[in-house]
Order: sequence, then structure tokens, then C-alpha cells
Amino acid sequence: MTWVNVVVQGVLLGAVYALFACGLSLMFGVMRIINLAHGDLAVVGAYLVWLVADKAHVSPFVALIAALPVMLIAGYILHVALLGRSLRGGPLVPLLTTFGLAIAIQNTLQEAFSPDVRSLGAAAGWIATASWRISGGLAISWFGVLILAVAVAVLGGLDWFLRRTGLGREMRATAQDPDAARLVGIDARAVYARATAIAVATAALAGAFLAIRSTFEPLSGPTQLIFAFEAVVIGGFGSLWGTLFGGIVLGVAQTIGGHIDPQYSMLAGHLVFLAVLASPRGRTLAARSAWT
Amino acid sequence: MTQAIETEAARYAVRRWSRLSRISLTAVGAVVLALALVPLALSTYATEQLTQLLILVILAAMWNALAGYGGLISIGQQAFLGFGAYATIVLTQRGVPPYLAIALAALAAGGLAAPVSILVLRLRGGQFAIGMWVVAEVLALLIALIPSVGGGTGVSLTGLNVHAPADRQAYTYWLTLGFAVGLLGLVFAVLRSPAGAALQAIRDDEAAAASLGVRVEASKRLVFVLAAFGCGAAGALTLANTLFIQPRSIFGVQWTAYMIFMVLVGGLGSFEGPLLGAVAFFAIQHWFAHLGAWYLIGLGLTAIGFALVLPRGIWGWLEHRLDLRLFPLGHRLERTERTGAPPERS
Repeated sequence: MTWVNVVVQGVLLGAVYALFACGLSLMFGVMRIINLAHGDLAVVGAYLVWLVADKAHVSPFVALIAALPVMLIAGYILHVALLGRSLRGGPLVPLLTTFGLAIAIQNTLQEAFSPDVRSLGAAAGWIATASWRISGGLAISWFGVLILAVAVAVLGGLDWFLRRTGLGREMRATAQDPDAARLVGIDARAVYARATAIAVATAALAGAFLAIRSTFEPLSGPTQLIFAFEAVVIGGFGSLWGTLFGGIVLGVAQTIGGHIDPQYSMLAGHLVFLAVLASPRGRTLAARSAWT
Repeated sequence: MTQAIETEAARYAVRRWSRLSRISLTAVGAVVLALALVPLALSTYATEQLTQLLILVILAAMWNALAGYGGLISIGQQAFLGFGAYATIVLTQRGVPPYLAIALAALAAGGLAAPVSILVLRLRGGQFAIGMWVVAEVLALLIALIPSVGGGTGVSLTGLNVHAPADRQAYTYWLTLGFAVGLLGLVFAVLRSPAGAALQAIRDDEAAAASLGVRVEASKRLVFVLAAFGCGAAGALTLANTLFIQPRSIFGVQWTAYMIFMVLVGGLGSFEGPLLGAVAFFAIQHWFAHLGAWYLIGLGLTAIGFALVLPRGIWGWLEHRLDLRLFPLGHRLERTERTGAPPERS
């Protein structure tokens, strides 16, 4: 029964990683860039939620609803002001730019909020702590299930958006061939800015959930970026449902490792990632990134 | 007709050396000689500071070799810094003399890079960047599991206590100078060899280089192993300079931030740029590091500014404006008039 519990907790943890990963996956799928500040933007989202909840004395969930449109707009501006410009400089420039951005964000947060470790768990109230006790060794937290449901809804919603809506079709067309898309009248810049906006908003959502579920601090971003990236690689580039699967595999690997010895938790996740990279599938990983 | 072309062609010559490059190579010789005399002339503190500067020079040159020539942006070179430092600890614990252990540890870092490259070179662009970061995290976590090297709390290099502090600092400095000159010489030699021509072609256009028959994968592997060797040496020398390391700091991503800053400011993809960047970063660190978070915010924003506005850095800008090439790395076409005035130099 303990092992069932370990796997169940891993699935719930994996849902958080999948939520972190879907923005990274979207931006890579559409623009072929990896945003090295993705994790830090998620942490900015967590601080924004904390700030609103603290100043307006509302529940973090209410604060989240206020913060998401702000992050959506912030993502759009980020693209127009920075990423769009860096895309014109060749493949290396977006990486250098977003790495510089990550350093700047981390240290601005340290300066503004002090390096203290915080949590939104207490402010979230009963929902963060309540759980169904199935049996002695198995308890499922309400909040974990809520995150899983939101992750499935967000990933499913994005998948539906890309496949079924006009804007989604424009996004897929631009991803496959920006020049050809321009020929039929699609404004690639606007498409890219929309993708960045969605990615930043989902990152903020994931950051807020992380902050309610456990703790966060100004330097939490890089770790979340690494987990998100591992989830994308394990699940396979270019598939949103694959990203959900990858996140869950990563989460289960970490809880199994952590159950053996807490020191092995992160290591186990990294090893699954390296094993996927070493497998025959890893050989064609970089090539299989197109969205269809 | 053929004759006309021949006479026209005879007016031009492909040159590698220029008067400037002869002067600058002589100057480099003089600077190295002056640097070698530093421990005899200056204080132990100054020697320690200059050791740090030389380590920065090594790191900048290595990161530039990777990104500027191989087109590989790594944010995980601290994997090899940490590996070099900890390999030195393990070797000295087995009775190897410390300075020999540093050299062996650097070679071991290069050796580790060969199998690692098989995995991470499967990744492209940003995927490779984060993939290397995962490698660094894995090494840091594995080393934290080994109690004999201090676990997560850190470990001291004890073997150097046999020397008096001033002597020890001088020896460490000379070894660092030797590594810096040797590694820069190695990069220089590689860039002048056929492999260097391949690397510079990859830098300019990877797809075009591949279509002309450049073995892109093998060239990248060469530069990856070279950079790992250099970063391993830098890590081991950092340990010898500070005598104490912790996994969290030697495997920290701040090393990558420093390397990116030095190479971007100095000049990505040029031989001279990283040297300039290392000196600039050393000065900035000296003046502004006490500002803490603001200093790092400044580094990040400066890196963004250079990436967007001046992607070839200060040196690239100078080179472009003044047509300046200090080292004989490229080839240039010069007009050589047969009659009249001696050949013009630019």
C-alpha cells in the first residue's frame, strides 16, 4: 500500500511539472526557442499572487484570478520588447537574452522581497491541507487532485485551441513555416507574442500552485525550469499530452527515489531524463519537434 | 583574356600575417614574460587576485570556443569546474602531489566530456543548454552523496600546507599562468588547423558548412572536450587558489553567468574578445561586487543589452570599425601593386 501511495503522490506532483512544462513546450513548438527565464517568470507569478493576497486580504485563489490577466499582458509585452527582437539575431541570441533576463529577475526578486522562503499554503486555508484518507497508507490531498484537474484542463484546452480555433491554426502554420504563413497573411510577430503571453500565464499559474503546495523563494525558478524541460523531453517535443505524461513520469520517479532516500529524489528524476536521452528515441529527439 | 585575368589575379595575394599581427604576437610574448615575474615583484594578495583573473581568462576562452566557434551555448560548464576541483581532492586523498593532481583532474574532466558529449550533443540549441545544466546538477548531487569529500558541507585541499603561504601562492599562480597560456595556445592552434576552418564555418552557418562536407558532429565534439578540459583545469585551479570548496558554489550556475557576461561583452566568436571581456569583468567584479543583488541585476541587463545591440561584443565592434586583427587567424585578400608604391596595408 505504501508503494501505491508513493506512485499516487508522484502522479499528483507530476501534474505541477506538466503545468510548468506546457508553456515551455508551447514556446519551443511555435518559435523554436527555449525561454531560460521560464521558471523565474513562474516565480514572479507566485510573488504577484502573494502580493495581491497580502495587500487585498483575499484568498490566494482570488488573487490568482486577478494575477493571470496581468501575467498574460506581461508575456505579450515581454515578447514585443525583448524576445521578438532577439529572434532576429539568430539562434543563439534568444538563449543569451533569456539567460540574462533570468539573472535579472532572480536578483530583482531578492532585492524586492528578501531571500526568505515563503509559502501560500497557510493563506489558502483548508483546501491546501484537506485530504481523502483511502486507507492507513494512502491519502489523496484535495489540492493535489485540483492541480491534476487544472493541468488536464489547461493542456487539453491548449490542445483544443491549437487544433480547433482559427488562432490555433495560425499558430501551427507559423510553427511549421513562418515564411509560408506570412504569404497567406499571418502576422508572425503577433502569433509569437500570443504564444509567449499564454506561456507566461500558464507559468504563473504553475508558480502559484507550487507556492500553495509547498514553498518558494527568489531562486526557485531554475529548478522548476529544469523539471519543466525534463518533462518536455521525457514526453517528447511537440506533443502537449506527451508533456503531461512526461511530467507524471518525472514526478513518479522523484517520489520513488525520495521514498528510498530523500537524497535520491531529484537524482532519480534526472536519471530518467538521461535514460530517455540515451535511449534510441533520444537520437531523433532534436529532429522530432515539429507541430502537426 | 586568360592573360588579363592572370595579371589581375597577380595583383592580389592571400595573407595570413600582417605587420600588426607580428607586433601583437611579440607583445603577447612580452606580456607573458612580465606576468611570469609577478610573484617575484608583487604581494601575495596581488598574486592571488591575478590568479583569479587568469582563471577568468581560461573560462572566457573556453566558453567562447564552445559558443563562438562550436555554436554550443552551455549553461552547465560548471559541471566540469566542479568535477575538476573534486577530482583534485580525490587524487590528493590517494597521495598524488596536489599540483600533479590538478593537471590529472583537468585531463579527467576532458575524459569525462567524451561520453557526456554522446548524450548531450543529441540535443540542439536551447535543449543542449539546459541538458548541460542537468549534467551539472547530477554531478553536484552525486558528489554530495560521497562522505569522504565532505558531502554537501564542503572540503579543504590539505596537501598544499607543506609550502609557505607566499610560495604556495606563487606556485599556484605559475601553474595557472601555464594553463592559461597553454589553453589559449591550444585554441589558437586548433583555429589555425583544418579543424579550426571547419569550426569557423560552423560558426558562420552550420547548414552551409555541413553541405560543403564539414564534419559538424566531430568538430563540435572536439571543441566540447577541449572546453571541458579547460573548465576542469579552471575548477581545480580555483580550488588551489581558495583551498576550500562546496558543491553548491563550485557547481553553481553563477559561473555560467560570468562566462556569458565576459564573452558577450568582450566579443563572441573572436580570439581577442574573451581576453578583453575577462579583464573587463575582473574590474567590474572588483568595483561593484559589494553591491550584491544590484551588481548581478546589472550583469544580467548588460548581457541582454549586448546580446541585442552588440552581439559581437566590444571587440567585434572594434574589429569591424577599425579592420583590426591582432592575431593571424583568418586570411585576408590584399592588393599588391607590381609597379610603383609598396603594397598598401590596411
